[in-house]
Amino acid sequence: MTDTAALSSLSVQLLYLSCGAFLLAAVVVLWRRQLAAIVRVFALQGVALAGIVAVLAVEQRSLELALLAVGVLALRAIGLPWLVRRAMPAAGPARETSPLVNVAASLLAAAVLTLLAYAVAQPLITLSPSPVTRAVPVGLTVVLVGFFVLITRRRAVSQVIGFLLIDNGITAAAFLTTAEVPLIVELGVSLDVLFAVLVLQVLTTRMQAAFGDTDLDDLTELRDT
Amino acid sequence: MTPSSLLVTVPVLAPVLGAAGYALFGWRGPTRWLGTVCAGGMLAAGIGLATLVTGSGPHTSLGGLLRVDALSAYMLIVIGVIALLATAASPAYLAAEIRAGPATARTAYRHSLLVQTFLAAMATAVLAANLGTLWVAVEATTIATAFLVGQQRTRACVEAAWKYVLICSVGIALALLGAILLNYASAHTPAPAGLDWVRLAAGADGLDPGVTRIAVALLVIGFGTKVGLAPLHTWLPDAHSQAPAPVSALMSGVLLAVAFYAILRVKVIADAALGDAFVRHLLLVMALATLAVAATLLLAQRDYKRMLAYHSMEHMGLLALGTAAGSRLALAAVLLHILGHGLAKAVLFLGAGRIAQLTGSRLVADVRGLAVREPVLAGGVGLGVLALLGFPPFSLFASELGIFRAGFATELGWATALALVFVLVITAALFTHAGHMLLGDPGPRAAARPRPQPWPGRPGAAAAPTRTPAGTTVPLGAGLAACAVLGITTGPLQQVLYQAADILQGTP
Repeated sequence: MTDTAALSSLSVQLLYLSCGAFLLAAVVVLWRRQLAAIVRVFALQGVALAGIVAVLAVEQRSLELALLAVGVLALRAIGLPWLVRRAMPAAGPARETSPLVNVAASLLAAAVLTLLAYAVAQPLITLSPSPVTRAVPVGLTVVLVGFFVLITRRRAVSQVIGFLLIDNGITAAAFLTTAEVPLIVELGVSLDVLFAVLVLQVLTTRMQAAFGDTDLDDLTELRDT
Repeated sequence: MTPSSLLVTVPVLAPVLGAAGYALFGWRGPTRWLGTVCAGGMLAAGIGLATLVTGSGPHTSLGGLLRVDALSAYMLIVIGVIALLATAASPAYLAAEIRAGPATARTAYRHSLLVQTFLAAMATAVLAANLGTLWVAVEATTIATAFLVGQQRTRACVEAAWKYVLICSVGIALALLGAILLNYASAHTPAPAGLDWVRLAAGADGLDPGVTRIAVALLVIGFGTKVGLAPLHTWLPDAHSQAPAPVSALMSGVLLAVAFYAILRVKVIADAALGDAFVRHLLLVMALATLAVAATLLLAQRDYKRMLAYHSMEHMGLLALGTAAGSRLALAAVLLHILGHGLAKAVLFLGAGRIAQLTGSRLVADVRGLAVREPVLAGGVGLGVLALLGFPPFSLFASELGIFRAGFATELGWATALALVFVLVITAALFTHAGHMLLGDPGPRAAARPRPQPWPGRPGAAAAPTRTPAGTTVPLGAGLAACAVLGITTGPLQQVLYQAADILQGTP
């Protein structure tokens, strides 16, 4: 961040508020079991992420960041949730029926992952201590929570959400560490995520055609005997 | 635009034009060979660029977005050669698929379009002047190949495609986090370099070691996912065994190598910033874990395409081992090994695709006495297996020898010895399986037995013609010949190899 020293206390508060909402949304994803609710929470997390970028944009008087904030909002709060919702099973239980780890243990794991992220992020903060970089561990926590969702959830839609949580976390870390990633790379990254989700969405449709359901327990055709 | 900067864009433009051609005209008549022509164009441009950069140093293009040095040019040649083989074998393969039923002309059209896109993405990856563009290109390869893996739309194919996209996207997301942290570290150096390879390497000693260490670990593990290095390798056997043969050849022969190229570039920066011990140990652990996984799963493998896939993992493990050794000889051997493995693996996957079309089965047990029924195909596959196992005169002999010698010469003696044991186990396993397939007694038993379950929508082997067409045998022979010639002399490639090795040692 270029001149973070000038960050006013109001923007710092707004920034931390957005980061808090961002983190909370990831934890709520672990807590809820209704797939529809999980997708809604994910959309709200997109809003929080756009909020983080918007605060940075106002603070740095940067038009580029402001446009990126709008882009983040469009992609992560509207576009991606819409795509995921389209991939949801038309019939059948729209719930995460039996996650490998139950909700209470998942929430506990989230706490442990938060501590882990703060421990790992120490070198990042000491390199350039500022109110903005102090929020980087939030992004890393969301990455770790995303991994946790990916490993412990069985429904295809939950797994896509896990992947998207990882991606949201990385995007937050990108904006909180440096806003100087070239625009073309930024665009490429967003496009790639969009395409990856599109591909996954098409594949879930095909999986429903082939397996009848998208419970990943059914994905046992390929293994080494 | 000067002619040289125009030439830099040709390897990307040629397949893009090919894709456009397929989009406009579909897959019929002469356009069947359009992909082969474009791959030939890529190869020619790669050779042209190699002569250019060995003579007059690196060139940039498109306002610094693309950059070619000896390493990039070498990788372009690798991509061009394997792409030429795979696309030359595609028309015969697709025609047989269409005759047998699982594919239609529309499948062939989509296949050809996606393969060209895939080639363009790989060319962009090795030409990218910065880590960000490289990342985007590597992720684009995943997206382009996802539908190729799932082309047949059977349960197994869809499952393989799902695992492939999910695991690779997550792995590559880790690499993105690594790239972002590297960008952060570089922003706090006296001369911020962004993600540009050259400037990053030049200013690497100013990078904060704490942040760089996290970034490099994430980058190596993340790109390692696409290379098929343990621990995130589980997608590889599924995707490589389910993809159509020409795509398996490309994915195994070059896509793994392109991802490995990213690790090589990261290593240059990491070595300058952190000393060479960090990446060396990281790669060593991953190499040995990968070799161990490949050896254990190859022993009792029953599916021959999965067998080849695990074999790719073995070779990627060897590349990581050679890179960990890190001497000039080791790096040149690693680069030669990339090309040799690509050629041999392309030959074998194309041959395996033909065997699958003939027998309707992917099980080793269902393929017996191929030498009697299909002598030409069996000869090609047999020589391919010998090449892959590192027998002379094929180039893998020279490169494996180079990697092991370098391993023993540096302080990696115990690790190299352990790797050698794994390689011997794998050799024995592959020998046994290939022996059964090629030389086993075809006998009345196999003939009388009811056909193994044919693929859905496919009336067994009856519909496929028994003679292997020239469209398949010529690429097989060409690949083997190239591999053998490379084993005897690297000729003009030698200079490119050593220049590329020098770049990897940080002394361009």
